[in-house]
Amino acid sequence: MDKVQMLQVLAGSLFALGLTGVIIRRNVLVMLMCMELMLNGVNLSLVTFAHTLGSAVGAVLVFLIFVVAAAEIAIAIPVVLLLVRRKRTLDIESYSDLKG
Amino acid sequence: MGLLTLIVLLPLLGFLVNGLLGNRLGKGFVSAVGCGLPAIAFAVAVKCLLDLKGGGWTPIAETAYLWTMVGQDSFEVAFWFDRLSAVMVLVITGIGTLIHIYSIGYMHEDRSYARYFAYLNLFLFFMLLLVLGRSLLVLFVGWEGVGLSSYLLIGFWFGDMEKAAAGKKAFIVNRIGDAAFLLGMFAIYSVLGTLDMPRINAAFMGASAPAVSASLVGILLFIGATGKSAQIPLYVWLPDAMAGPTPVSALIHAATMVTAGVYLIARMSGIYLHAPEASSVIAVIGAMTALVAATIAIAQDDIKKVLAYSTVSQLGFMFVALGVGAYGVAVFHVVTHAFFKACLFLGAGSVIHAMSGEQDIKKMGGLAKKIPITFVTFAIATAAIAGVPPLSGFFSKDEILWFALASDKGGSVLLLAVMAFTALLTAFYMFRLLWLAFFGRPRMLKEVEHHIHESPLSMTGVLMVLALLSAVGGFLSIPHFLEPMVALPGVRPGMNAFHYWVVGGSVAIAVVGFVAAAWFFAGDASRAARVREAFAGVHKVLFNKYYVDEFYELVIGRPLHWVSENVFLKLGDRLLIDGTLNGLAALAQGAAGRLSRVQSGSLHKYAFLVLVGMVASLVWMWRHG
Repeated sequence: MDKVQMLQVLAGSLFALGLTGVIIRRNVLVMLMCMELMLNGVNLSLVTFAHTLGSAVGAVLVFLIFVVAAAEIAIAIPVVLLLVRRKRTLDIESYSDLKG
Repeated sequence: MGLLTLIVLLPLLGFLVNGLLGNRLGKGFVSAVGCGLPAIAFAVAVKCLLDLKGGGWTPIAETAYLWTMVGQDSFEVAFWFDRLSAVMVLVITGIGTLIHIYSIGYMHEDRSYARYFAYLNLFLFFMLLLVLGRSLLVLFVGWEGVGLSSYLLIGFWFGDMEKAAAGKKAFIVNRIGDAAFLLGMFAIYSVLGTLDMPRINAAFMGASAPAVSASLVGILLFIGATGKSAQIPLYVWLPDAMAGPTPVSALIHAATMVTAGVYLIARMSGIYLHAPEASSVIAVIGAMTALVAATIAIAQDDIKKVLAYSTVSQLGFMFVALGVGAYGVAVFHVVTHAFFKACLFLGAGSVIHAMSGEQDIKKMGGLAKKIPITFVTFAIATAAIAGVPPLSGFFSKDEILWFALASDKGGSVLLLAVMAFTALLTAFYMFRLLWLAFFGRPRMLKEVEHHIHESPLSMTGVLMVLALLSAVGGFLSIPHFLEPMVALPGVRPGMNAFHYWVVGGSVAIAVVGFVAAAWFFAGDASRAARVREAFAGVHKVLFNKYYVDEFYELVIGRPLHWVSENVFLKLGDRLLIDGTLNGLAALAQGAAGRLSRVQSGSLHKYAFLVLVGMVASLVWMWRHG
């Protein structure tokens, strides 16, 4: 197994770990952190490909993802803050009454 | 526009004017339009007859309108005026106008006066279409139209459920016959490619026979005729049809519509001359109808019911004449019957009018002195139908009896015997009716007796004209007049010697019938009562009309009802159609219910489903990539 493959496996594992976290964890903040983990898994694989193929496109995409992730957190944290103020809990299950 | 088209359209105009505006125009105007236009139509018909005579009896043909083309075959609304249609048109417009005039007096009190005249004119329109139509298609339009008009007129007082039901019955029973009539038309069209009646007759009379059995076509058309002309087994509607106003009974059920079947068969005689089997069927059915209806008529107590069964019976006479090939004689009896039966029905109407609506002859008696004009005209018509010479019925009935015996197209001694016995019954029940209504001591309530009065002139005048026609109508030699069109059948060898025996016999029959009725019902009718006691069972069967209606109800009505209820309603409509639709709806509802549970608001579940979806699409791409 060469280095690229190992890095890809690491990236996939990070993504899977994050996804598992999103699915099974009940704490909203932990779920947000798991989502960051998934994004970073993707970033890692993009960087690896960009390096291997000698193309800057992957690296540019990584920067784009950074920006998007920062914006997402900037929105998500206030949302979580408002939710917690309302219900005094971080448990995602107690917000299921927001369904359509 | 030609004169024939004008004859047909005049009553239609009356229908439109009275039907649309009648209620606003007042009774005088409605009467003028309703009676005036048929009278003009009669005058035009006379003019046409003179034209026909002037043209050396060459039939007048007139095309009003090209209806449609099917391939190379054109269907036209065309009219055809020859000797036969001339006779029919004169009877329809002539007697029809008289009955319209009579109606002015009879219906004077009715709320729906304009509607009544509108329907009556509509009926005349369709009847004229029927007899003037050149093709079977136009005839069929008229045929259905008179069915419709009779439905409207029989059920005229539709507020009464029983009367509305009588209208429905007439309509439905006629439809059964019409189905066979249509099949006959299809058979003719599929072989000959035309429905033009002169061409159909020519094709059947021609050298090479058409590739269709004349008997089959003949019997199919005859089944249609049994519906309109009230023959066994479809006669049951006619006695019930007495629910309509009495002038309607006179017009439809004596003078015009019921003779449509006779006209049809006489008109299509080209087919029947080549269909001996069909002709035998007609003769047998006609004889049975005549006999059965006459026996029922003996035991009826309702004045109009007696006349109704008498009509069925007389129609049987006409069909016997048709069955033995004496087409002209059948039409002759149509004409004389129109005279005397219209007179009888209108006379009955006058009696009912005088009796304030009473129709039971058991509650009459002694009317002869109180309403003399009605009595004299009724007596003349009774003598005419019974066959007393030299009144009109004698001539036509005598000719039927003669050809029933002597025709070389199916005449026989047995047929003569049945018809002679029926003629005897006719004389008996008609004189019974006359005796119970007009002689003896009055049996009505005192206050009814107090109100008895002669009808107005518009009614009695018509009665007098019709009585005159009944008396002298026999001298119109219609069979002779029609002979160039429809030849009379030949006489079987050796039969000529019996001609005077038949004439003498039919006179004797009328006299015997009269004497028997007089003997039975003289005084307080105690002899009749004793005979009734002695044969109580027979009387019951006859009074209940052989339970034919009950039999039809049991054999046809109930099973049909059961099938409709269980097969069509429960199985077909509710289970199959409603079931399918409700099932589809329930399926959609259930599926929606299940799917809505997925939308739980739980982010974990959503995320998990996203995962499942991603994995599934990855797998799919791997398998198909």
